[in-house]
Amino acid sequence: MIATSRPTIWEHAQSRGVSRRDCLSACAWMTAMLGLPATAVPEITKALETKPRLPVVWFHFQECTCCSESFIRSSHPAVADIILDKISLDYTETLQAAAGHQAEEALHETMTKYKGEYLMLVEGSIPTAANGVYCCIGGRTAQDIVQEAAAGAKAVIAWGSCACNGCVQAAKPNPTRATPLHKIISGVPIIKVPGCPPIAEVMTGTIVHLLAFDRVPQLDGLGRPKAFYSRRVHDTCYRRPNYDAGLFVNSFDDENAKRGYCLYKVGCRGPVTYNACGVMRWNGGVSFPIQSGHGCIGCSEANFWDNGPFYHHLPSFPGFGIETTADNIGLAVGAATVAGVAAHAVVTNIRKRHLIREEMKTSEDVKDGRAEQGGE
Amino acid sequence: MQSTSLGRVYVWEIPVRLYHWLNALCIVVLCITGYLIGQPLAIQQASEASFSYWFGWVRFIHFVAAYLFLFNFAFRIYWGFAGNKYAGWKNFIIYRRKQLKEIKDVLAVDILQADNKPIETIGHNAMAGFTYFLTFLAFLFQCLTGFGLYAAMSKSWFAQLFAWIVPLMGGDFAVRQWHHAFMWFFILFAIVHVYLVFYHDYVEGRGEISSMGGGWKFIDKEHHPVLKKQDSDKAGPASAANDI
Ligand code: HEM
Ligand code: HEM
Ligand code: SF4
Ligand code: SF4
Repeated sequence: MIATSRPTIWEHAQSRGVSRRDCLSACAWMTAMLGLPATAVPEITKALETKPRLPVVWFHFQECTCCSESFIRSSHPAVADIILDKISLDYTETLQAAAGHQAEEALHETMTKYKGEYLMLVEGSIPTAANGVYCCIGGRTAQDIVQEAAAGAKAVIAWGSCACNGCVQAAKPNPTRATPLHKIISGVPIIKVPGCPPIAEVMTGTIVHLLAFDRVPQLDGLGRPKAFYSRRVHDTCYRRPNYDAGLFVNSFDDENAKRGYCLYKVGCRGPVTYNACGVMRWNGGVSFPIQSGHGCIGCSEANFWDNGPFYHHLPSFPGFGIETTADNIGLAVGAATVAGVAAHAVVTNIRKRHLIREEMKTSEDVKDGRAEQGGE
Repeated sequence: MQSTSLGRVYVWEIPVRLYHWLNALCIVVLCITGYLIGQPLAIQQASEASFSYWFGWVRFIHFVAAYLFLFNFAFRIYWGFAGNKYAGWKNFIIYRRKQLKEIKDVLAVDILQADNKPIETIGHNAMAGFTYFLTFLAFLFQCLTGFGLYAAMSKSWFAQLFAWIVPLMGGDFAVRQWHHAFMWFFILFAIVHVYLVFYHDYVEGRGEISSMGGGWKFIDKEHHPVLKKQDSDKAGPASAANDI
């Protein structure tokens, strides 16, 4: 499975019967997807022609494999082919033919032979409770495996929300202490591609960028490729004009829902979620949740499971029961304050009545004083 | 029979008064528009989106008020160094023993009303100063979270200066939630604050309410060193109100 002399991606594609035409069209497609101008097509093509295949190891830890599922549904078949088939996916638990010792050997071989060159992809979070026993592969904990593999990796991609922020495993109370990748390893560039799952084209796009330019794409403050995560879903949402006009769906069965108004009031997380759904959409650009009438649940943001309920704009306030929002609490405390103030006013009139009476007397004195002054 | 005579003290200079009312106005506007942003009105209508922009306007007003609020606040900090002693920053930092004692007194006399001796202060009393200090912290927090959120919707370099706050607080969602929750601090503060202003005016009769209009407050001359001196220098009948 491991190439000894490393053929270029194009050579490899040829040997698999991919035509020159298909390959070029895939290159053009990938260029467009990366948001690059048409003038960059030759650059991408050249890179795929001349660059040797990139050795890749792809780990699966605490996850549901939705990232892999998304990935293999990348809309351009040649892209999926080229990426999945033509990177040397030397180790990946869900897709590899090898098993048991063979698989472990393949992994070990890649890690030693291509030390400092291989790309490490991680799907899933890493449990750290009880010394990490909640996720063991080949008798070793995920934590152990990741740390060893990261030491020799050229770059690391954290696939999906699990690897980026812990996703559902890390939701309260997080019994296995599921931990995102960046809190386990350091010293290697980490590219975060969050989402549950990430969009297929975002995944392939990130890999193509690494393949073609041999460097990490431009990242934002949280380590996500800017090309895909620099804008909120809300910023590219086709329902946005309804938002600005104040036309909102109030419940899922009202007239406004049928008219396709904005889903803000029924909990849409688009305004706080950085992802490319509004632009790239899903399943080859067919649709995305909002287009199908459901608000964004913020699947590419940290803690989105705990920020519920999904169908309310304001979340339940931490420490209070579900459906108790900051507004409920504020209103109660506000009412108590008004009551307290009123009580204080009453008590003031009782306890300070002498003082107030005296104060009034004094002011009369002052008035007298003015009269005297005037008479002088 | 004459037990007290009051003197007039110019406490709140014009900049403080302008600051105060602009600040109060901004806060009222920010609370109303902010609440609407969090909980938009339910309008059932079949108009096309291109015919209206009311939610856009609500947000726009929130952001305009936000800029005013921030720069007004920044001005007040400056005035804490440039203004008179009643406006000075020292009123807001409680570190002297005298201030601690005054806080205790205010709690006993005004809040719990266990004691009836009058407290003679002319600027902020120490308790008020401390409360305003907390309020200024809330201003700061609201500006940081607000402009942090705003960074995602604005191209201006100024908003981008606050972008770092979002990852620090764990993402836009969390920032928004805290920004929303802190609105209630302002509402609660306003209720108590306005009540206390009326309370002092009523109980002490020293012009507390009008002081934020004209700047003057009244104090028993016995308790003010300058007025006391002026008074004793002037032989003859005490004039009712001396200005300083
Ligand atoms: C007294 C001060 C303020 C109060 C009481 C206040 C209140 C609020 C409230 C209640 C919300 C709705 C949050 C939600 O549930 O979605 C909000 C949103 C917001 N506020 Fe403020 N705010 C204040 C100051 C500021 C400042 C100084 C800024 C700075 C630019 C700011 C910027 C924002 C932004 C950007 C949003 C989100 C609006 C959107 O998504 O369109 N706020 N504010
Ligand atoms: C009828 C309305 C109001 C009146 C008559 C009033 C009056 C006053 C007075 C007399 C002071 C000086 C307090 C002292 O002697 O220690 C003061 C200070 C202050 N007030 Fe108000 N106020 C009103 C509304 C508000 C509102 C709505 C807010 C904002 C929520 C506000 C915020 C403040 C702040 C922050 C200070 C400290 C001022 C400083 O020293 O910079 N006020 N107000
Ligand atoms: S549906 Fe969601 S993302 Fe779209 S405009 Fe409304 S709030 Fe924004
Ligand atoms: S619309 Fe929101 S919840 Fe849906 S996939 Fe995109 S980021 Fe995730």
